[in-house]
Amino acid sequence: MTQHDLSGPATAVPGHPPPDLTKPAPGRGPLHPLDSRPGDGELLAARLVPLRRPGQWISAGVLLVLFAMLVHTLVANDRFQWDVVGRYFLRGSILHGLLLTLWLTAAVMSSGYLLGIGIAAMRLSRNPVLRGLSFGYVWLIRSVPPLVQLLFWYELASLYPRLSVGVPFGPEFAGFGTAHLFSGILAAYVGLTLDVAAFSGEIVRGGILSVDPGQSEAARALGLREGRIFRRIVLPQAMPAIVPASGNLLIGMLKATSIVSVIAVQDLLYSTQLIYNQNFLIMPLLLVATLWYIVLTTLLSIGQYYVERHYARGSNRAGRPPARGLWQVARSNIPLFGRARTDLVGLS
Amino acid sequence: MTADERPLVRVRGLRKSFGANVVLDGIDLDVREGEVTVLLGPSGSGKSTLLRCVNHLERPDAGFVEIGGDIVGYRRDGTRLHELRSRSVTRQRADVGMVFQQFNLFPHMTVLENITEAPVAVRGLSRKQAAARARELVARVGLAGREDSYPRQMSGGQQQRVAIARALAMEPRLLLFDEPTSALDPELVGEVLAVMQDLALSGMTMIVVTHEIGFARKVADTVVFLDGGRIIESGAPEDVLTDPRHERARSFLAAVL
Repeated sequence: MTQHDLSGPATAVPGHPPPDLTKPAPGRGPLHPLDSRPGDGELLAARLVPLRRPGQWISAGVLLVLFAMLVHTLVANDRFQWDVVGRYFLRGSILHGLLLTLWLTAAVMSSGYLLGIGIAAMRLSRNPVLRGLSFGYVWLIRSVPPLVQLLFWYELASLYPRLSVGVPFGPEFAGFGTAHLFSGILAAYVGLTLDVAAFSGEIVRGGILSVDPGQSEAARALGLREGRIFRRIVLPQAMPAIVPASGNLLIGMLKATSIVSVIAVQDLLYSTQLIYNQNFLIMPLLLVATLWYIVLTTLLSIGQYYVERHYARGSNRAGRPPARGLWQVARSNIPLFGRARTDLVGLS
Repeated sequence: MTADERPLVRVRGLRKSFGANVVLDGIDLDVREGEVTVLLGPSGSGKSTLLRCVNHLERPDAGFVEIGGDIVGYRRDGTRLHELRSRSVTRQRADVGMVFQQFNLFPHMTVLENITEAPVAVRGLSRKQAAARARELVARVGLAGREDSYPRQMSGGQQQRVAIARALAMEPRLLLFDEPTSALDPELVGEVLAVMQDLALSGMTMIVVTHEIGFARKVADTVVFLDGGRIIESGAPEDVLTDPRHERARSFLAAVL
């Protein structure tokens, strides 16, 4: 094509030269001489003033006032009885309850997730029996409130006074009474684990489905075995989708363990209840429990941030996870003062 | 027929349908050791499916694929072919490398990890041995120094060259290429084709699905033209590409050239 051909469309639209013509290719002059108009110099020298956003400052002011009111009422209203809160915050029985809450959550989450991965694998398997089983399990567990489940396991003895192994309608090989099988704590562990298994199974399944099928295909073509493909190729790539939802579930479960107080398991909440049932300092003791839950949730959220950062490996062009601390991320996510971030990995 | 003349890959009577859509309609094909076979044809003609049947990523409805005398994906028992367990298919696949249109590198692993994963897991190499071999391969595809990059930090052409190195790390007897340059910017196609040509010259047996007629003309020993799930033309590139007998092949070539 000749130069003449190229200039055709540009001359056909007078007054609207294509913008790229103003940047001549190196070693060659512009196709048209560039005109210069009288005001151009001033325009080039002008200072650029960004758009002012007064609404942001007004909303920030309103929010600050509301926040000050909240602080004021927390401090000025002595019915909160902060001195009582302080006195009980590190009390031995409270710390015992806290410990129980912590390890019950840990135990329930770890065994629940082990089962959950199995549930997800069954649901995604080629075997229709396993698929159906997994679907049925998730349907059933999700339909029953965890509190009802807890009571069910606790009261199992009233439904099945005796459990035995044998042929249906036939002889019985071995059996035992169930009256003392489920202590409160065991019922709590079993009931909550089954609950976590159903929910985590769905989370894991969602994560696995988010991985491009080309990945396992490529791994298969390399001769990797199915188990290794799952562990090394699919699961690490599913993690960015699994972690945020799992953080949610974990924090939810931390607080949901408080329902074990109904079957007299001495967790964090029940320990405070035992105290205020005697001294009637209900509000301050509930505040003790609340403050502990807030502390734990905060720690877990921070942990989640670092887990997400770990699994962001290789997910951006720079190759490394964003080299910014938690504080910078928190600050840049405050809508008023931070720039809008679009390049953050794993934060939503 | 002596053992030397027996082709490495024998495809006989291969059929495959997806629902009512017949994708492969009786394919017979031989690929000899050290030969490059290029599969041409319009999209939907069954080229990719044929390739995927060769390493049993797709299970044929009828017919068989034989590589080095072994039926792919099946065990022969008198008059029956029993489908193999996935573990046995896995062993067969280890000898057949595949390069995909979308590269399918593992994005959470570095270049070196991508290449060493299978030799360590399948061939039982030590990490050290595998890494040393991987470095040689990375250099061979012209990417020395990029061992610790993640795939997303590389251009498409570089990623595809890593994918080729990853396939080579298993020391395959046969390499399958499924439109290896179709997802690339035009200016990056050349670097990938150069690596493939280099491989062909080194005696690698290759089956290549591509639309790069120039590559077929220069590198292929055999060009096979598919249409509607059948082979309608097959032979040396100078015959099939310059003077196709079949009308469909003629119009396709006229369109892509």
